[in-house]
Amino acid sequence: MSRLATRFATLKASRRSAFIPFITAGDPDSTITAALLRALPAAGADIIELGVPFSDPMADGPAIQSSSLRALSGGMNLAKTLDLVTGFRRHDTQTPLVLMGYYNPIHAYGLSRFVADASAAGVDGLITVDLPPEEDGGLRTTALAHGIDVVRLATPTSDENRLRTITADASGFLYYVSVAGVTGTKDVAESDVKMAIARVRKASQLPVAVGFGIKTAEQAARIARLADAVVVGSAIVTRIGAAHGEGRNGEELLAHTLQFCKELADAVHGARG
Amino acid sequence: MTRLPNSLRAGPDASGHFGVYGGRYVAETLMPLVVDLEAAYRAARADEGFAVELRGLLKNYVGRVNPLYFAERLSAHLGGAKIYLKREDLNHTGAHKINNCLGQILLARRMGKRRIIAETGAGQHGVATATVAARFGLPCVVYMGEVDIERQKPNVFRMQLLGAEVRAVTSGSRTLKDAMNEAMRDWVANVDDTFYIIGSAAGPHPYPEMVRDFQCVIGNETRAQILDQEGRLPDLVVACVGGGSNAIGMFHPFLDDEKVAIHGVEAAGEGIDSPHHAATMARGVPGVLHGSRSYLLQDADGQITEAHSISAGLDYPGVGPEHSYLRDVGRVQYHSITDHEALEAFMLLCRLEGIIPALEPAHAIAHVLKVAPKMAPSDIIVVALSGRGDKDVFSVAAALGESL
Repeated sequence: MSRLATRFATLKASRRSAFIPFITAGDPDSTITAALLRALPAAGADIIELGVPFSDPMADGPAIQSSSLRALSGGMNLAKTLDLVTGFRRHDTQTPLVLMGYYNPIHAYGLSRFVADASAAGVDGLITVDLPPEEDGGLRTTALAHGIDVVRLATPTSDENRLRTITADASGFLYYVSVAGVTGTKDVAESDVKMAIARVRKASQLPVAVGFGIKTAEQAARIARLADAVVVGSAIVTRIGAAHGEGRNGEELLAHTLQFCKELADAVHGARG
Repeated sequence: MTRLPNSLRAGPDASGHFGVYGGRYVAETLMPLVVDLEAAYRAARADEGFAVELRGLLKNYVGRVNPLYFAERLSAHLGGAKIYLKREDLNHTGAHKINNCLGQILLARRMGKRRIIAETGAGQHGVATATVAARFGLPCVVYMGEVDIERQKPNVFRMQLLGAEVRAVTSGSRTLKDAMNEAMRDWVANVDDTFYIIGSAAGPHPYPEMVRDFQCVIGNETRAQILDQEGRLPDLVVACVGGGSNAIGMFHPFLDDEKVAIHGVEAAGEGIDSPHHAATMARGVPGVLHGSRSYLLQDADGQITEAHSISAGLDYPGVGPEHSYLRDVGRVQYHSITDHEALEAFMLLCRLEGIIPALEPAHAIAHVLKVAPKMAPSDIIVVALSGRGDKDVFSVAAALGESL
């Protein structure tokens, strides 16, 4: 069984929702990312979503745009992102790690070479924001052959017909984008998410993660009662950006970020108590 | 077994691909919208009423048919081929962009959309969009890079006069690509009521096809006019290429005319061997941006690099997917022209023909300056003069070291 399947099975047995923090590789530098990756599981991360920075993040709001820019200005790229994953796997063989990003860096790296290297590094899943089912065939086939799941996204604009397309060859889990918008801008509406998850579950047996628009521990707890996993990204990288901007040292930035992740994780894990 | 004759005009395929280019690389939130848009576009195209209304507006509002003008003094000056200019600069709003905007806003109205957004580089597409939005009484937001706002102030004010809100884009290189990112972000956040009028022959399917179809009026008229005036097809067709909307509209009706050579002209900025150019075809490699696969200026890591051109309308690191296809199959040759060469052509056309061209088609004219003298006096070149240069007088003055 894959790391993702194992982790979701364990969580299901303990009736807990998963907490998935998102950070961008190389934000603000690769040393801090490596330290964050290593510390996140102890802070309550059940799965880690690692962003691959891209110059033109069309689906992201200002927080993740800035985060990507900080990473790119430090020279981060896809190869170095995979190095970070390799480093993480030396200490942690259990926590699933999913890369999230845009297709062009993968395209430039070379699809087959990327999948082989990602698999060797210990990547468990790929979320490629601008690669809808109509275009993801090549990546999906290659990735699945290497044991990497290609995670599909469902959104408020997905009707029943579209959900069938999305869930048809989905694997790993489904990512429900809880607001129509870019990351980190609108606030999640719990009642909408509840209905949407019911529809998604009718279309697929896969675990459902919810992300976009979850900013606080309170919101995370409410979504954790409905979904199998809760993703928080913009709120975390906003704190990283602020701490970096204030000139705090790496240790303070780490402590500050991990403290926030722990609050989110506690909220998610305690939600169904 | 019978085989249909091959045509280069048949693309894209059912999934929106021109060979290996094009497609639909957008966030899942937008997928149902582009699928709806395609269905609405197919229905509109099959509806004679839609065509009649569009033709009426092109005639009475835009002022089409515009002339195919024989540039007698320019031709004599170069001493080679006869040069004809397709006068898109004479359209209402001063450029070819209005052809496409009218088509798309009629479609928006058919689809019941109540709000219009657009991206703009030089401001020509923004002005055209603001114009049709005013004409049809729809609120309009235009995204424009901060850098472009600075160098195209007259067009910013024009859009505001027309009632549009111009939103400055401060991310990335603060030019056309960033304006397009921001328009996509707006669209994904306003999925219910908003119609995104893309001005380039780029973006996710069906935009490259739709923009091309609406711009084909340029090439269709040109083809009929040259047959009427010269009794034959031209030897060479030339147009400038940024995203490539005027070029694809001019080229497409000639693609299957094997004896007609076709040249696209992109911006070499300070030179294609310098870091400051917008020569996507000469220096780019295929990649994925803004919804389609096409040639792109990017670094080895797949990060999009900043384009440069004196012409804001050519200052884009990508190119429409059909152009990428036409490049690979060899049907269209792509050349590049520097800022300096474009400025010289700009001034030459002013002096010889009394026509102030936009800096974008000044690149096409500059290419003609190179090729026409090598051709015979009996040869014919047609050039898409895609817009007028009033908007550029400040940029040109600055480049010449004069202050206005």
